This record gives sequence, structure tokens and C-alpha cells, in this order.
Amino acid sequence: MCDVCGCGDPKLVSVDVHSSLLSANDHEAAHLRAHFLEGGVTAINLMGSPGSGKTALLEATSRALAGRFKLAAVSGDLATTNDSDRLARAGIPSAAITTGTACHLDAAMVGRALQGTPGATGSEVGEAARASDFFFIENVGNLVCPAIYDLGQAANVVALSVTEGVDKPLKYPVMFKAADLVVLTKVDLLPHLRDVSIAAIADALQRVMPRPRFIEVSATEGTGMAAWIEWLEARRDETKRAPRPAAHAHDHGHAHDHDHAHDHDHAHGHPHSHTHAKR
Amino acid sequence: MHEASLVSALCDQIDRSIAPHPGAIVRVVHVRVGELAGVEPELFKTAFELLREARSCKGAALVVVAVPAEWRCRACDAALPRGGILECAACGGEARLAQGGDVFLDRLELEVPDV
Repeated sequence: MCDVCGCGDPKLVSVDVHSSLLSANDHEAAHLRAHFLEGGVTAINLMGSPGSGKTALLEATSRALAGRFKLAAVSGDLATTNDSDRLARAGIPSAAITTGTACHLDAAMVGRALQGTPGATGSEVGEAARASDFFFIENVGNLVCPAIYDLGQAANVVALSVTEGVDKPLKYPVMFKAADLVVLTKVDLLPHLRDVSIAAIADALQRVMPRPRFIEVSATEGTGMAAWIEWLEARRDETKRAPRPAAHAHDHGHAHDHDHAHDHDHAHGHPHSHTHAKR
Repeated sequence: MHEASLVSALCDQIDRSIAPHPGAIVRVVHVRVGELAGVEPELFKTAFELLREARSCKGAALVVVAVPAEWRCRACDAALPRGGILECAACGGEARLAQGGDVFLDRLELEVPDV
């Protein structure tokens, strides 16, 4: 370092980046979405608080759609495979994604579950998902973290039970902003809830959802299930109408730098050319 | 607590951004966090302080700029009142989130060896 003119001194450089911290996840999600569309699979990301009735809703959905549509599911769970086991008993081919301490699912976790780890619980779920009409992603019970992770779904559904009170949408605006539909669950309990009204919940939803849409459901009594099924079938029609990505014309270029051995087994039998634009 | 996974994604982006600057030391990391980005700035800072130590941004300072949410009418671009119904009072148009929905790495300040 020269003390006459300062040459050799380190210099400060400002580097503009302007890049979303979710861009790597969004890229994985776009990849999943292309696969879902290509296979004619309607993927639904089902979110909501612990105990909001997500699993019960899917059990009732399985009963309602039995024989008409093929279903598959993955369930995100911190520590157990209980939800996935319940879905399997309800006739939905299902795998658990045990997240450990992670409070949400991300696109890479769903992708890995669909690729299947040989010998792992529910490793057949990828095959079932690719052959399904509806693929449900039951997210980790949490009204905060799952909201910002795109999983390649056709629609986000938030299960909100009436027992959670009327102000949850205002308390968790990020989650409800992301919702395409809110399923108000456990409405059979309304007569016991003095301070809860559907009108108050609807008002709260209008303040956080740009397109407020909700359906009142009781999975145990069957109330509202017809409207929910009708909504699902409309999403299915959209999937069928959507232009299919040409045989893998979608970009497999990955701008991120995680390990790209890409040795996952593409059992769905199409040629893959992966260009990995590592930056 | 998804802030840790976001910080991990941030560190990956920093790695890519400094790759063209061999020998660079990351001094300051500027991040913008939207009010409706689903990120708690304090948790984000704590996670950064923990995770930076094993990464290329070790020792770097983090500057978080909070970006308030701003809903506007998709049709006439009128600003909608905070906390109000998300429908344009003027024309009935649908609301769009004009800002405050993202979390992103804005800018890095690097110290690079002069050659």
C-alpha cells in the first residue's frame, strides 16, 4: 500500500442487486407448476392454523369426490405423519413431509417429496400425484410462514375455523392476501360461539383480500361441501383449459447455485435437457 | 420462523453478487422488507447476525429499510385507505398491492482490493 498516492488501498464499490429473496423458491415453484400443468394436475396449497380443520376438510373431500376424480396429497408436519396417515386411511395416496423445525413448506421440499426417496414412507406419492386430477399440498399448520412460499399450486386455499374468532384475517393479512379462497370451517359450531358472526369475518376478509371469496363448510355435517366441490371443479376446468407447456419447453435453467447433480429420477418418462446457468 | 431460510437465501445471493469481485469484503448489506412481505425485521436481523458468521458476508452490517404497504386501484390507480375495504371507492375497481409485498436484496457495499 502506497502512502504517497494511496494506490493499492482497498476501494469501496456499491453493487446494485434488486433481487427477491424468494427468487430461488419461485424458480423451483415455476418448475413444479409447469410439471403440474403438463400432467393436467390441479395442485391446491391448503394452509391454515393448527387445528383449523385442513385434514378433516380433505377427508370429507375424498368422500365427496370418490370415484369421480383421482386425488393425491402431501402433508407438511413438524414431527409426525399423523395427517398423512389420516389422508391415506381416507383413500388419498399421501406422503408426509416431516419438516423438523421448519415452519412451512417450500417448493424444493414438495419437489423432493414428488421425486420420492426410495424406501421412504409414501415414496409412491410422486407417481400418484402425476396421475392425479387434484393434488393437495396440506401445508404446516401456521398462519404466518407458509404464506410467502409459492409451491407451484393452481390456487391457495386457507382453512379458517369459526372457533378462531373474527379478527384472524386482520392479524395475519399476509396469509389472507395470498388466498384465492377461504374455507370457513366448523360452521356447525356457530350456535355455540356468541361473539362470532359470519358477517364480521366477511368484513375482515374484505380488508385483506383483494378478491374476497369464502365458503362456509362443516366437514363433519357436510354443510357447504357442494359449494367447495363446485369451486374445486372450476379450478380443474381452468387447468384443462390452460395451455399445456410444450413437451418440456419450459426452462430448466437454474440461476441458483445449490448442488446441481440433478440425478433425480424423472419417472414420468420425458427427455430432460437441463441447462444450468450457474451464475 | 422462516426468517432463517430467507437469510440463507440472502447469503446465497450475496455469494453470486460478489463473484465478479475477487477478494471483495462485504461491508454493508441493504435489504428492503415490505410491510406485507411476511418478514419480521427484528427476527431477520437476528438470523442474519447468526448466519453471516459462516458465510461470505461475515462481519457485514445489515441495513433493513421497511417499505409500507400501499394498495391502489387496478383500474384508476387511486390510493386506497389503510385498513379499509380493498375495493376502490371511486370506481369499484379491484385492489392491487403497489408496494410492500416483497423482500429483496437491494444493494451491497463491498471493499475490493485496488489493483
